[in-house]
Amino acid sequence: MSDLKIRNLKKVFEGLEIIKGVNLDINDHEFVVFVGPSGCGKSTLLRLIAGLEEVTSGSIYLDDREITDLAPAKRDLAMVFQSYALYPHKTVRKNMSFALDLAGVDKAVIDQKVNDAARILELDHLLDRKPKALSGGQRQRVAIGRAIVRQPKVFLFDEPLSNLDAALRVQMRLELARLHQELNATMIYVTHDQVEAMTLADKVVVLNGGRIEQVGSPLELYHYPVNQFVAGFIGTPKMAFLKARVKGASPHSVSLTLECGPEYTLELDGSQLNVGEEVTLGVRPEHIQVTQSADSPFKVHLDVAEHLGADTYCYVKASTGETLTVRAPGDFEPGLGDQVGLQPDLARCHLFDGQGVAIPKPGAPAQAA
Amino acid sequence: MLSLKQARQLQTVLLGLLAWGVALLIFFPIFWMVLTSFKTEIDAFSTPPQLFFSPTLENYLQIDSRSDYFHFAWNSVVVSFGSTLFGMLLAVPAAYSMAFFESKRTKSTLLWMLSTKMLPPVGVLVPIYLLFKDSGLLDTKVGLVIIYTLINLPIMVWMIYTYFKEIPKDILEAARLDGATATQEITQVLLPISKGGLASTVLLSLILSWNEAFWSLNLTASSAAPLTALVASYSSPEGLFWAKLSAVSTLACAPILIFGWLSQKQLVRGLSFGAVK
Repeated sequence: MSDLKIRNLKKVFEGLEIIKGVNLDINDHEFVVFVGPSGCGKSTLLRLIAGLEEVTSGSIYLDDREITDLAPAKRDLAMVFQSYALYPHKTVRKNMSFALDLAGVDKAVIDQKVNDAARILELDHLLDRKPKALSGGQRQRVAIGRAIVRQPKVFLFDEPLSNLDAALRVQMRLELARLHQELNATMIYVTHDQVEAMTLADKVVVLNGGRIEQVGSPLELYHYPVNQFVAGFIGTPKMAFLKARVKGASPHSVSLTLECGPEYTLELDGSQLNVGEEVTLGVRPEHIQVTQSADSPFKVHLDVAEHLGADTYCYVKASTGETLTVRAPGDFEPGLGDQVGLQPDLARCHLFDGQGVAIPKPGAPAQAA
Repeated sequence: MLSLKQARQLQTVLLGLLAWGVALLIFFPIFWMVLTSFKTEIDAFSTPPQLFFSPTLENYLQIDSRSDYFHFAWNSVVVSFGSTLFGMLLAVPAAYSMAFFESKRTKSTLLWMLSTKMLPPVGVLVPIYLLFKDSGLLDTKVGLVIIYTLINLPIMVWMIYTYFKEIPKDILEAARLDGATATQEITQVLLPISKGGLASTVLLSLILSWNEAFWSLNLTASSAAPLTALVASYSSPEGLFWAKLSAVSTLACAPILIFGWLSQKQLVRGLSFGAVK
């Protein structure tokens, strides 16, 4: 068993509230990713859990044991740092065995555990090298190995892949996913990269300004973002936001007039909306189609096109100056500056009220927060 | 016009000459001192100075008969190693807390410590003399160890602080998560990583203590007097005996010169220490 409960956690640093009352449950065996823009407090939250920062108020429980004020080493956690933080003067073997050496574990047991971890991570032939003689990916693996040998209840990862080059990052990402399955351990992973968050996580925690914006599975976040921040943060390229006004609202439908012209009716519960209210329509690039301009009420100008081979991303500008990204097929050859029409997939559009809070879509999971 | 390659070669040659010039300028007084120590008193005084002469060991023999060199040398050794040891014991924890638990006042504390080095020592001579007199520390090795430790501490803390600053904090945090106590964190992770920097700090402290003359002359008489006091005792009121003074100075410098020579590799490595990855 290893589940982590965070209750009303706050961290004030030099008069600045960095973590503003966080409540979170992390279940046994879960791979949880903290994601958010830089400065959102995700790393601080991880360091609070690790015990590397002092908690200002609130509490942290691991398996119902309060660990809020325990020393880092007494918490049964292991952490992998962004900079790897290997001991440069120790061999790979000694790096991995340091914690067990300190704990006075029997030498034979240590050897066994280090060899096991080295085998899992394919480090067997590197055990007697110093970190200096390793590549970035190998150093990262040693850092993970150092965590594994301790058999902690929870693994903490602080942006572990951001120092690696792109190709290696993808490879390590897959290895981490495999490792999670193999060890069946609880893992908390901090990243600013939402692709890492989406691909690795069982549960994603989106943080912004020291607060949790939303907790959910990757697809929940993608399909049912609770507010404009999450909607804009999850998904690449970003969701486009278009200003609109409510023309008519009922419990089953909302009709809108977009500032840039077209009128649409969405099948949403509009009971909280008033006619004339300002709202925002969110459309993902993959949920818009380019059509002939003559047939469409939604006319835009093509600004830039990026040909990625499989897809073409078209950056378009509406009459109001609002910009949208549209994902078109790879063989789409637009003429820059041309006027084209757009056809959004209305069932997959998102609507946000004046405060940026999402109007719930049918089928959206209940939010605990 | 010079080609780019020729210009580079010329630059190398000029820089080389400049380096040699500076090195010779620094080395010349030492060279002349050693040379003079093998002259007779009359040769030492002659104008123009003699570069070629018949060398004699007369001066060294006289020093050997007139004073107990090893008594002074032993004092120098005890005092410099003692003050370096105490200095390190104080400077390492101080630098550790300043480098890794920085507060708003850390920078100003460091500057303040260094600023004590800007005070002319003679300004505090009387109070320190009186303090030493009242506490029975005059002319004791313990007294000198205390004063040298205090003199060198700011520089030692500053140097070690700079080395520690280059070590990523993550490494110590990793050790803390691995279960290391503060002491284990320092002894098993921090010190081994920064041993190059620590070694050069030790060397610098040894050299500074060995060469210190102001306090040793004022606070010791005979029983705790180090080599610097021995040298000073040869500048006698009846007139200067250059050859003997040179000989005794050579004897005072020799141990630390040899020590520095043997450890220069470590010293250079320590001073250019950096890049812990």
